[in-house]
Amino acid sequence: MNNEMMKEQVIRMSGVNPLKCMRCGKCSGTCPSYDEMEYHPHQFVYMVEKGEIDKLMASPSIYKCLSCFACVERCPRDVEPAKLVEAIRLMVVRQQGQNHLKANEIPALLDNDLPQQALVTAFRKYTK
Amino acid sequence: MVFSYYPGCTLKTKAKDLDRYARASAEALGITLNELENWQCCGGAFTMARDEIATKLSSVRALEASRETGLVTLCSACHNVIKQTNHAMANDEEFAMKVNNYMKLDTPYHGETKVIHYLEMLRDVVGFDKLAAAVKNPLKGKKIAAYYGCLLLRPGKVLGMDNPENPQIIEDFIRAIGGTPVIYPYRNECCGGYMATEDKALASKKSTLVMDSAAENGADMMITACPLCLYNLTKNASGALPVYYFTELLAEALGVKE
Ligand code: SF4
Ligand code: SF4
Repeated sequence: MNNEMMKEQVIRMSGVNPLKCMRCGKCSGTCPSYDEMEYHPHQFVYMVEKGEIDKLMASPSIYKCLSCFACVERCPRDVEPAKLVEAIRLMVVRQQGQNHLKANEIPALLDNDLPQQALVTAFRKYTK
Repeated sequence: MVFSYYPGCTLKTKAKDLDRYARASAEALGITLNELENWQCCGGAFTMARDEIATKLSSVRALEASRETGLVTLCSACHNVIKQTNHAMANDEEFAMKVNNYMKLDTPYHGETKVIHYLEMLRDVVGFDKLAAAVKNPLKGKKIAAYYGCLLLRPGKVLGMDNPENPQIIEDFIRAIGGTPVIYPYRNECCGGYMATEDKALASKKSTLVMDSAAENGADMMITACPLCLYNLTKNASGALPVYYFTELLAEALGVKE
């Protein structure tokens, strides 16, 4: 797929309209994963607008969103950047063989107290 | 009052206390929680993409089975996933059409079920004044930090539980059981969540910020409704405050903690 087609797909999946963004940066300012990300939430918004989907798909930033909905709640324009991060991650993990977390990696992550919730969430985020 | 009740996977395993004390307390308050038959795991996170159908079906099944009774959730994650799914069933026609087309229900489902979190049940069904009157062992002198985290309140417009930026439901709960709530800036910031699996350093950084903020503001202890928050705060934060499920303090206050 070329970038233009992928952009359309991301917009359809997420329901986000990047043109609503006024580039205030509040989403990135409130993001708890900011330091861990190469591209920050506001950059997802304008890079989707510019159609740079391939760059975003290749970035480890897509695995750093905690799904905390802070950017969704606090964006003054209701852009909902987290939905773009999610759509782009899905574009990657929906490809054959592109699961980010594999079942055989799980035993090494376990300790006696780790709640099931952490594992099912990681699987939902990282695999198809 | 009788409600259907959705415990979720973690309340059956690592977070049995959250569940056990909730059931005992509800009973003491005259509410029957009927565990849904054959409930399935909610998946832990709401898949935001509109074309994700299969990942939301377990929530729709729980919702659909609770049309008559209403549904009570307890784990913050289940609450978030199930409420967001219900909202999508009521407001996203194309999504609801695909789900109904697959499920072939006798009566198509469009988000009719009322879902409430256990805390909303205490506030809106029991009433915090009635709860206060039922307290046998008030938690006098205890300075308690309510930790909301992210999943209990956001997105505020969808979950409709409380003001997402200045919540008060858990503070009101703390007052009702005789304790003193401690307000601190990080009470509705993320603990690091499921990043505890692949990036422990991040989970540790985030949960430490939360606990330090509670401690600096004079808390003796913290309470939460989320097993993953409890895990990150007790295992990954560097602070030493004890962290409890809110239902444990509730059971203690009501004198039904065994
Ligand atoms: S939902 Fe994701 S992108 Fe948005 S603020 Fe939270 S961690 Fe950052
Ligand atoms: S908070 Fe909203 S308007 Fe501001 S930069 Fe982020 S997406 Fe754009």
